[in-house]
Amino acid sequence: MTASANVKTFQINGRDYSARAEETILEVARQNGIFIPRLCELEGLSTVGACRLCLVEVKGSNRLLASCVTRVEEGMEVTTNSERLERYRRGIVELLFTERNHVCSVCVSNGHCELQFLSQKLDITHIHYPYRFPKAEVDASHGRFVIDHNRCILCNRCVRVCDEIEGAHTWDVMGRGIDARVITDLNQPWGTSDTCTSCGKCVHVCPTGALFEKGRSVAEMEKRRNFLPYLQLMRGDQNG
Amino acid sequence: MTREELEQIANTERQSQASTAQKLNVCVAAGCLSCQSQTVKEVLEKGVARRGLGERCAVKGVGCMGLCSEGALVSVDQNILYKRVLPADATDMLDALEAGRPPVERLVCPTNTPFFQRQKKIVLENSGVIDPERIEEYIAACGYTALVEALTELTPAEVIEQVTRSGLRGRGGAGYPTGLKWSTVAKAVGTQKFVICNADEGDPGAFMDRSVLESDPHRVLEGMLIAAYAVGASEGYIYVRAEYPLAIKRLKIAIRQAEKLGLLGSNICGTRFNFRVDLRLGAGAFVCGEETALIASIEGKRGAPRPRPPYPAMEGLLGEPTLINNVETFANIPPILRNGGEWFAAIGTEKSKGTKVFALAGRVQNTGLVEVPMGITLREMVFQIGGGVPDGKNFKAVQTGGPSGGCLPAECLDMPVDYESLARAGSIMGSGGMIIMDETSCMVDVAKYFMDFCMTESCGKCVPCRVGTYQMHRLLETITQLQAAPKDLALLEELCDLVKHTSLCGLGQSAPNPVLSTLRYFAEEYKAHIERNQCVAGVCGQEVHV
Amino acid sequence: MAKKRMATVWLDGCSGCHMSFLDIDERLLTLAEIADLVYSPLVDAKVFPENVDVTLVEGAVSSEEDLHKIQMVRERTTVLVSLGDCAVTANVPGMRNPFSTKAVYERAYRENVTLNPGVPNEGVPRLLPQARPIHEFVTVDVFVPGCPPSADTIFYVVSELLAGRTPQVGSHTRFGA
Ligand SMILES: Cc1cc2nc3c(=O)[nH]c(=O)nc-3n(C[C@H](O)[C@H](O)[C@H](O)COP(=O)(O)O)c2cc1C
Ligand code: SF4
Ligand code: SF4
Ligand code: SF4
Ligand code: FES
Repeated sequence: MTASANVKTFQINGRDYSARAEETILEVARQNGIFIPRLCELEGLSTVGACRLCLVEVKGSNRLLASCVTRVEEGMEVTTNSERLERYRRGIVELLFTERNHVCSVCVSNGHCELQFLSQKLDITHIHYPYRFPKAEVDASHGRFVIDHNRCILCNRCVRVCDEIEGAHTWDVMGRGIDARVITDLNQPWGTSDTCTSCGKCVHVCPTGALFEKGRSVAEMEKRRNFLPYLQLMRGDQNG
Repeated sequence: MTREELEQIANTERQSQASTAQKLNVCVAAGCLSCQSQTVKEVLEKGVARRGLGERCAVKGVGCMGLCSEGALVSVDQNILYKRVLPADATDMLDALEAGRPPVERLVCPTNTPFFQRQKKIVLENSGVIDPERIEEYIAACGYTALVEALTELTPAEVIEQVTRSGLRGRGGAGYPTGLKWSTVAKAVGTQKFVICNADEGDPGAFMDRSVLESDPHRVLEGMLIAAYAVGASEGYIYVRAEYPLAIKRLKIAIRQAEKLGLLGSNICGTRFNFRVDLRLGAGAFVCGEETALIASIEGKRGAPRPRPPYPAMEGLLGEPTLINNVETFANIPPILRNGGEWFAAIGTEKSKGTKVFALAGRVQNTGLVEVPMGITLREMVFQIGGGVPDGKNFKAVQTGGPSGGCLPAECLDMPVDYESLARAGSIMGSGGMIIMDETSCMVDVAKYFMDFCMTESCGKCVPCRVGTYQMHRLLETITQLQAAPKDLALLEELCDLVKHTSLCGLGQSAPNPVLSTLRYFAEEYKAHIERNQCVAGVCGQEVHV
Repeated sequence: MAKKRMATVWLDGCSGCHMSFLDIDERLLTLAEIADLVYSPLVDAKVFPENVDVTLVEGAVSSEEDLHKIQMVRERTTVLVSLGDCAVTANVPGMRNPFSTKAVYERAYRENVTLNPGVPNEGVPRLLPQARPIHEFVTVDVFVPGCPPSADTIFYVVSELLAGRTPQVGSHTRFGA
């Protein structure tokens, strides 16, 4: 295929852009400084389209499309912002706040949390759905890390980074619907996991304070992600 | 296997069938089996042997006869139908038979009723007629002739042409044009292609697919084989739920028999066409019926849907082009090829062709499995075929499409049953569940029941469905406990909109339908619950102490 | 122009929001020029008065007394402000919610007590099954999240409200701020 056939031109919010055919709407938007909220997508990991925050409108499609999994197409007309999209995004973020127990004021990630950030970005000043207040566990059996299920939003990033980058596949999901939760190995305490290499990647991709390093107090857990593109690059090189 | 060899098997079988003058067919599908039909069959067999009637009288087990609520069913020579037969009734039946007397009156089930007369059987043509565990009987009923003809006389493109012309649409729920799907897979490029039969059948109360598999498994195999030839696939899977042990058993028998006759395997019918079929058992998650979740499950992964596109037709099992169709869709294929696409297209309505099998349940006289031409009205379904609402009660609503569908009120009764009309009215065709409700059902309570189902069956992958179904269910609970405020109704409507438009897969996207349709047609009931703390049906509010 | 009537109420919270309110410092004087503080834990009034223009409420609704109070406050207030995370989200008081009130009482009055352990049955209002945000009980007009919201945020919100404008809260504060 020629290089030019591989390039698509299309519009986002009425402006023209071009990108390689395999790029997603979200990637192109990001490169061009257009903000689209996201929680499950993370550069360097595979995409799952699970959080539904990155939904955009595409002319000619009667469905909203998750921009993290939708590749650009020639002539596509994308709208990343509308009253309707805003409303849905707020609704989704609010649902996440009701699902588990987010007490930002005492959270290790206060001030560095992607969920918290989005709540402000989307101008959410209160949650208008009823809170669930479920009983959720905290597993502190690992020597260096803790998982606090109260703050997990099931974005699946830990599962993917552990499987795709570290190659350990310590994490997975069990249970259905509202009872779904992430587990280590065969749902055993993290500290007893045979597969965990204690690399800490899951901790650093986690968008919230669900995964954190021991010894961090309120607002002290900042996540470091620079390893991701780097590792991706190395892998790419190796695979030729 | 050549056409001549097939013909020979058919003739031998027909002759042997003709040699016995009288045929006692005992239904041995799951419904009647639960009414001791196996014992009935054994007692009849022993009785025939003891009386030395073996020469003129054959007892055999057959598939579903449809009127499951009246089992065990036994038919004599296809014209007398006995209902509610118990093992103890065998003596009377055989006495009448032996003496050439009229049938045993107390057991006779009239068949000149609309329940039987209004049906049109294509998918179920062999159900209740042939022994599902004998390939010879299927062949004697013209089985596998469509396959042999397709392989030896038609190109794949010509096969697809017939299917397209028939106007057949997927029977798994969404009604996607089957011919179009086949041609997409046929054109897709891959190192290998797959055909998958979706026999997960997860809708509560639906048992159309189970019945077809238990009654006529070869029909589905033949449909799959033809599909595989048409799209260029060499491997196939039947994904069937583990709760269907009898269907699984009969499928296994059918596969073995077909392999033995060279109808499955390598160089089928002496051509270069190869096809292998394997069974995969589903563990009973509703969401695993969704095609991408089903494929993940076959791949050994967690059964969770993924965003489409790419559609399975382009990137399916193991990333290869994959054709996935429902059991009933495949079951329609052999007759379409035998009789031609036009024949099929002549049945039904403009956009919904052929027949549809429904599982009729709830507050009607006759419950069970029926096959009717598309376009029949809901009224005919409920009052003629279903025999109307029993106990002098009034009809209130008919629910179609299961947890993804909606409840339609009396105003909709004259609407034709086809994909478009049902969708316009706020419900869906779905896989064919049809539940009739009378005045004793509370529509809010019904909506809550289906929401409970969706909430429990949500895979939990995407936020709107995982948390939204929980929140909607909670609100419905508050309403049915007669403790809701008007703002709760506003929240419920808002959540319906959110979940419908933002969920990842069809489960979440359609989970609000039962609420939306009851809000549309029975808004007054919601209002009564909320504003006057009143449930007209008298279902809600009472504390149940166990 | 007549002075506005303002009040503050303290439900289940740590009083941090009230402290933050006091942190407005000298700007309190500016507020005092345009409004009277007619009811507050910071002043002497014993009964919540009628016809209050703006009421700031700190804390979640946790007990029968809180519920009673907030309903009265709602009736007598024009603009009701949920001030701080406890009022807006139930925050820390809500951390007891996954547990039964019985377990909470046991923990507070027996397990963690060395002197005279025992659940008091008078003088302490009865707990509701859960501590929940104010807006789940009464209509709230303005939400000011933060634990506590900063003095600047509070000053901004209050001045806007007293001036009859709608504050743009979202750009000033957030949950946990
Ligand atoms: C939640 C969900 C459950 C489904 N369950 C089934 C099922 O049990 N059987 C089925 O054939 N299709 C089911 N489907 C539809 C399939 O995804 C797919 O559309 C169908 O198998 C395609 O076959 P068809 O074109 O022959 O209808 C389900 C879809 C969803 C969203
Ligand atoms: S994870 Fe984020 S949203 Fe949740 S409590 Fe912590 S800071 Fe708040
Ligand atoms: S633990 Fe963190 S990374 Fe893992 S699913 Fe939960 S929120 Fe996502
Ligand atoms: S809509 Fe429901 S079932 Fe479908 S992916 Fe989302 S959570 Fe899973
Ligand atoms: S970022 Fe696209 S669905 Fe989560």
